[in-house]
Order: sequence, then structure tokens, then C-alpha cells
Amino acid sequence: MTNALSPPRTIRAIAVAWVLALVVVPVFALVLQSFAESPARFWHAVTGRAAWDALVLTFVTSAIAATVNALFGTMIAWVLVRRHLPGKRLLSALVDIPFAVPTLVTGVVLVALLGPQARIGQLLGDWGTPIVFARPGIVLAMLFISLPLVVRMVEPVLADLDPDEEDAAATLGASRWLIFRHVLLPAIVPAIIAGWLQAFARCIAEFGSIAALSGNIPGETLVASVHILGELEAGDATAAAAMSVVLLGVALALQPISRALVTRSGAHG
Amino acid sequence: MGSRSSRRRRPSGVGLTVAALLYAGFLIVLPLAALLLGVIENSGPTLRVLASSEAMGALSRTIGLTTTSLVINLVLGVLTAVVLVRDRFVGRDVLGWFTDLPLAMSPITIGLAFFVIVGRNGWLQPWLEPLDIKLVFSFPGMLLATLFVTFPFVVRETVLVLSEVGTSEEEAAATLGANPWQTFTLVTLPNILPGIAGGAALLVARALGEFGAVLVIGGAISGVTDTATTFVFHAVEERQLFAAYGMSMVLVALSVTAMSAFNAISGSLRR
Repeated sequence: MTNALSPPRTIRAIAVAWVLALVVVPVFALVLQSFAESPARFWHAVTGRAAWDALVLTFVTSAIAATVNALFGTMIAWVLVRRHLPGKRLLSALVDIPFAVPTLVTGVVLVALLGPQARIGQLLGDWGTPIVFARPGIVLAMLFISLPLVVRMVEPVLADLDPDEEDAAATLGASRWLIFRHVLLPAIVPAIIAGWLQAFARCIAEFGSIAALSGNIPGETLVASVHILGELEAGDATAAAAMSVVLLGVALALQPISRALVTRSGAHG
Repeated sequence: MGSRSSRRRRPSGVGLTVAALLYAGFLIVLPLAALLLGVIENSGPTLRVLASSEAMGALSRTIGLTTTSLVINLVLGVLTAVVLVRDRFVGRDVLGWFTDLPLAMSPITIGLAFFVIVGRNGWLQPWLEPLDIKLVFSFPGMLLATLFVTFPFVVRETVLVLSEVGTSEEEAAATLGANPWQTFTLVTLPNILPGIAGGAALLVARALGEFGAVLVIGGAISGVTDTATTFVFHAVEERQLFAAYGMSMVLVALSVTAMSAFNAISGSLRR
């Protein structure tokens, strides 16, 4: 790195000032606001009945969604890398669709498809397993929004693997399951876990789709982000900030793990 | 590729393939097909609602927020990426960490963070009020939130390409006497354009679809701070389903078109 190539000081100053003003100040203000009154207040805002219920619901549904997508996302990644299908590019484009669809729209559309006014929704209601305005709907919305994260995490790692290793194992008489278990899986497990973590982090932050389809029933289908909005609307910015800090803290705590796993799986390539 | 018996030798996984396709089909295609059908079935009333001044106003506000954020964050995003990859200073990693931070935050949390600063009892209020600057429940406030939400995309994609490209071409240009600005515009910029376009694709999709943050900071006041997404939300609450589905369809169409366009640009530049 020669000196001539480093950007001029003014450029550095602009970048630092911009990030400071746009990102650091608001986030700093949010954290300070959460502790504005007292630690006990913070604790109560997070562990009070309604808040705690919302947190548990958010983490459990996010974990379920991330797990299902880790499974199916890996399968889709495998199809994209290893199968020669007509229309594979279409499948690849489909996987990116959730990035393009506004999450609120995801919620609205799922209500249109599965809500009590829709034919499928009526059937589900008759069977006693409503999806919309119930907990399964929360998971469904999370599945939609977080699928691409797993696929795009596992896909490049799979693409870097040498199929010859699998061929060699097969030539030596290994069964399909054995090949999967001992050749393929160990190589992609770090990427799958990293994908799980990213999906989980994305799901706990989700607001739009869930606000539209969960019904937001306290203690039943009210997730953390919707709870935060409720606290703010009730005029309690401190409680809202406390809950926000918990959500952000969890997401940030997962980041280094996810990053280390990405580095590890990259080393296989 | 062993064509002789590759099907037997490698896990063939027909069942696996079918399961993956079914999953993607049910999860992604079915809901969007339902939306499309709903809009087509009721195209008359849907078009009428979309032509209303409330709908047009909301949509134009969303497009305004998106294009403004795109321009500002393209410039500052590329600039920040250059600093992150090519500059050396204490605190550079901290800068990178904060650049990624918006991706880890819930939209509601982002709206709240700005509310704490510029809201009614906000920290900056004592300074803003004498100047008659009102950010909460206003377009500039929503722009701030959108800028925050969309900042990481261009930075991230540009950082990837910038570190891939390396510095040898820039070094050559500098040796031949190019000044830093010439080196950047004539050598670096053409190389990193695919990354910038890729970042723009993600930025536009996110800005068009942003809901939570603009809801909190804008307040979704009809005719003043209503955006396309908050318009959909109100329409659902008031059971005006034509309006909700119609605007949803417009958003999806805009977002998919913009995203594909930027991705196509990115792809053709890469070649």
C-alpha cells in the first residue's frame, strides 16, 4: 500500500462524519434513552409480563423459522449448485424475490391467501388450525423473509466443493447417505449455521409482515417489534428503547459467531 | 463429470430436488400469484383507488424518498467503502462496524432511535426549535430514517469488489503521473461499478418497501407523511382491500423492476 493510493484526509473526514451523524448518534441516543431513568426501570421494561411474553414468542418463532429454512435453504442451495435442471435460473431468481417484496406486503398477501376471508383460510379455520392471526402465521412470514439468507450463504460454499471428492467416496463404495454424512455435510455445516444465525437475526427484527398478519394479540401473537411500537404509542419511549436495546444486543452478539463461521467455510474453497 | 453413471455415484436426490422446488413454490410463488390474481380480478376498482390523490401522493413520497436516498447513499456509500478498504487509520474497524449496524436493527428500533433525537422531547429539539426545523412527522425526518436503513448496501457491495480488484492498476496509474482524482474516476470507478450497481439494487428494494421506520418517524399522516407502505397498512385497517392489494402490487412491480434493472447493469458491467 503506497501512500499515494490512500484517499485524501478530507475523504476520510467526510466518511467518518457521515457515519457519526447518521448512525452513531441515533444509536447512542437510543441506548442512553433505555437507561434514562434507572437500571431497575430497564429491567422492568424487559421482564414485565407483556414484554417478556413478546420476547419469548419472538425468539421461539424465529428459532423455528431459522431451523426450517436452514434445512430447506440448504436443499435449495444444493439443487442450484448440483442439479442440472431446466429453469434453474428461474429458481435462483425466485429465491431472491423476498428481498424485492416489501415485508408489509408479504404480510398482507399471506392474509389474502390464508386469512378467514380466503377459501384456504376458511378450510384451515374449520380444521381448527388457523394460520393467520395466530402463531403459525408469524413463523410463515419469517420463513418467507429469511429464506434467501440461508440459500445465499450455503450456495457459494457448495459451489466451491469439488464433486470429485464425492465421486471418490462413491467409487470406494460409500452409500449416498454416507457420502452426504461424511463428505458433504462437514464441509457445509459452518455455512449452514452461519445462515441459521443470519436468518434468526433477521427474524427477531422483523416488523412489517408480522404486524399485518399476526393479529398482535398481547400474550398470544404480539412480537417484540410490535410491542416496542405499542410502548412508544403509549408514550413510554424509555420502555420502548429498553426492549430495542435487548433485540439489538442479541443480534450483535450473534454477529461475531456468524462472521467466524463464514471465514471458516470460506477456507474450504 | 462422469457421465457414465454419475446418477448412481453421486447422491442423485430426485426426492430432495422435488422437495426443494415444492418448498420454494409454496412459500414464494403461491402468495405472489394470489396477489396478482386478486388485482386482476378486481382491476377496475383497484385502478380507481390507485388513481386517487391519496394513493398518488403516498406513492410519490415513497419514490421521492427512494431516489433521494439512492443519490445520497451512492455518493457517500462509495466514499465510505473507499475509506474502509484503502485508508489506514486507528478506528477504521469501528467505522466498518457502525456501517453494518443498520442491518442488525429492527425497523421499529431505527424509527425509535431518530424519535429519541428529534421527537417532541428529543435531544436536539432545543436547538432545532428556534431554527423552526421540524423533523418528526415530516418528509426530511423520513428521509433521515430511509438513509439510515439503506446506508450499508452500497458500502458492502462496493467493499467486496474494491478488495477483489486490488491496487496494482491504481499503482500503475499513479506511477504514470495521474492525480488521485484521475486515478479514482478513470481506473478505480470503472472497476467497482458492478458492485455499486449491485448495492443500488438492494438499496432501492429496501427503500421502496421500508415501513416500520417511516411509520414511527413520519406518523403516516394522510396527505402529509403517508408513504406507499403506510398507505397499504391503513387500507388494510379500514378493510379497503382493493386499495391494499393494488398498492402492494405496484410496490412489488416497482421493486422487482428496479432490482432486476440494477442487477442487469451489474451483470453486464462484470463481463
